[in-house]
Amino acid sequence: MSILLQLEHLTRTVNGKTIVNDISLDVNAGDLLGIVGPSGAGKSSLLRLLNRLDEPTSGTVLLEGKDYREIPTRELRRRVGMVMQRPFVFPGTVADNLRFGPQQQGRTLSDDEIEQLLRGVGLAGYAAEDVGHLSGGEAQRVCFARALANQPKVLLLDEPTSALDEAAKFDVEAVIRKVSEQGVTSVLVTHDLQQARRLAMRVAQLQAGKLVRIGNVSEVLNVETSLS
Amino acid sequence: MLKHLFPNQLALGFAQAGVTAVLAIVVGLVARKRGIHIEWETVVALIRGLAQIVAVGFILVLMLRGPQWTSGFMLGAMVIAAGTTSARRAKKVPGSFEVSFWSILVGSGSVIALMTWAGVIDGAITSIVPVGSMVIANSMNTNALALERFRSEVESHIGEIESALALGAAPEISVSPEVQRSFSASLIPALNNLRSLGLVWIPGLMAGMVLSGSSPLYAAIYQFVVIAMIFGSSGLTSLLCTSLIRKRIFTVAEQLAIAR
Repeated sequence: MSILLQLEHLTRTVNGKTIVNDISLDVNAGDLLGIVGPSGAGKSSLLRLLNRLDEPTSGTVLLEGKDYREIPTRELRRRVGMVMQRPFVFPGTVADNLRFGPQQQGRTLSDDEIEQLLRGVGLAGYAAEDVGHLSGGEAQRVCFARALANQPKVLLLDEPTSALDEAAKFDVEAVIRKVSEQGVTSVLVTHDLQQARRLAMRVAQLQAGKLVRIGNVSEVLNVETSLS
Repeated sequence: MLKHLFPNQLALGFAQAGVTAVLAIVVGLVARKRGIHIEWETVVALIRGLAQIVAVGFILVLMLRGPQWTSGFMLGAMVIAAGTTSARRAKKVPGSFEVSFWSILVGSGSVIALMTWAGVIDGAITSIVPVGSMVIANSMNTNALALERFRSEVESHIGEIESALALGAAPEISVSPEVQRSFSASLIPALNNLRSLGLVWIPGLMAGMVLSGSSPLYAAIYQFVVIAMIFGSSGLTSLLCTSLIRKRIFTVAEQLAIAR
C-alpha cells in the first residue's frame, strides 16, 4: 500500500503554547484514519496543518513524497480537501456551491456531474435548491459533495457530525463510508470513540498535542476504553 | 445677549465657546447620573478641540501671508493625522496605518488636485485648505468605517472564508463578500449626506458663505459641489482601503492572519 501523506515531526506553537507536538505518522492511500483524543488534544489543529490552513512551526508534510511547501497552496488545497466542523455553505443554490471549487481552476461542472456528486451524498434532485432551505445534515452533505467536486486525493474531515442531530449524524456517516469505499483517502477527526470504531480503518490517539498511540482500531480503542 | 457683553470679536468668540462647552459638560453630567462616565473624556475633548482649532486659526493667519506651497504642507500633515486616527479603529488589522495613509492620500489627494486643476476649488490658500480639510476628514471617516466593518465582517465569517480557501480559492475571492459589504457600509454616511442635502441639514459651508454675503443660490450650488466631491473622495478612499486591506489579512502561504 503506497503512502499518500507523511507527517514528519509536525509541530505548531501559538503564543508560546505547543498545540501540536512533534507528530510523525503516515496516511496510506485508501486509508480512513481516525484521529481521536479529548478536547484540546490538538486534533483539529493537526488537521488544519495538513492543507496549510495553518503553518507548522517546524516539521513538514509530504504529499505523495513531495514536501507540501513546494506545492502551490491552492493546488495543495484542491488535492487535500477539507470538510469543516460546521457546514459553511455559500449563498445561492446547491449547484452554485458544488461549482465553486472547480470554477477556481477555470472548470465548469456539467449538470450531470453535479447530479452524480449529489447522488453520492444522498441528495439527488437538490441541485436547484436554495441553501437557505437545507437542514444542518443536508448542508453538511452539500459540503462533502462540494469538497469532492475538486476530486481531492485526501479528504480531511474535522468532526463533521459534531454539530448535527443523531439522524443527520448517521446520514453523514453513511456518506463518509461510501466515499471511503470509493477509494478516497480520508482523515477523520472525532471525539466520538464509537464513531471512530464504526468508520475508521486505523486510529491515531492524541493527548496534549502529542501522538500517544497509532494502530488498528481495536488495538488503540480497546486500550483507550480500558484507560477511561 | 453675549454680543452686548463682549463687543470685541475675539472675546465674543471665547464667550460663545464657553457657553457651548457648558452645554457639553451638562450632557456629560446627565450621562454620569445614568452611570455612563464620559465627563472627563468630554472635558479633555473640549479642551483639546478648542486648542487644536485655535492653533489652526493661528496657522491660517500665518499662511495667508505665506507662500502658496504651505497649503500643500498643511494638507499633507492633515493626511498623516487622518491616517493615524483612522488606523486606531482597526488595531488588530495588520498594516492598518499604511493602508489608511495611502487610501486617504490617494482618495482625497486625487480629488483635491483634480478639482483644483479644473477650477472647482479655488487654488488660494484660504479656499483650498478649508475645502481640502473637509474632503480629507470625510475620507478619514469613510476609511475608519471600512476598516472597522471589514475587521468585524472577517471575524464573524472566518468559517466561510476558510471554507473557500480550503476549496483552493484565491484569498481575494475568499473575502470578496466581506469586501463588498465593508465598501457599501462605509459609504452610507457620504451617500446619506448627498441624499439629504438641504432636506435634513444645511451644511456649515453654505451657512458661512451666506453669512459672509455670497448669493444664497451660489452658496447652495457650491455646497452641492463640496458634498459631491466628498462623496467622490470617500468612494475612492474606501475602494482603495478595501483593496489594500484584503491582501494584508493573509500570509504569503494564503492563511488568514487576522487574530482569532
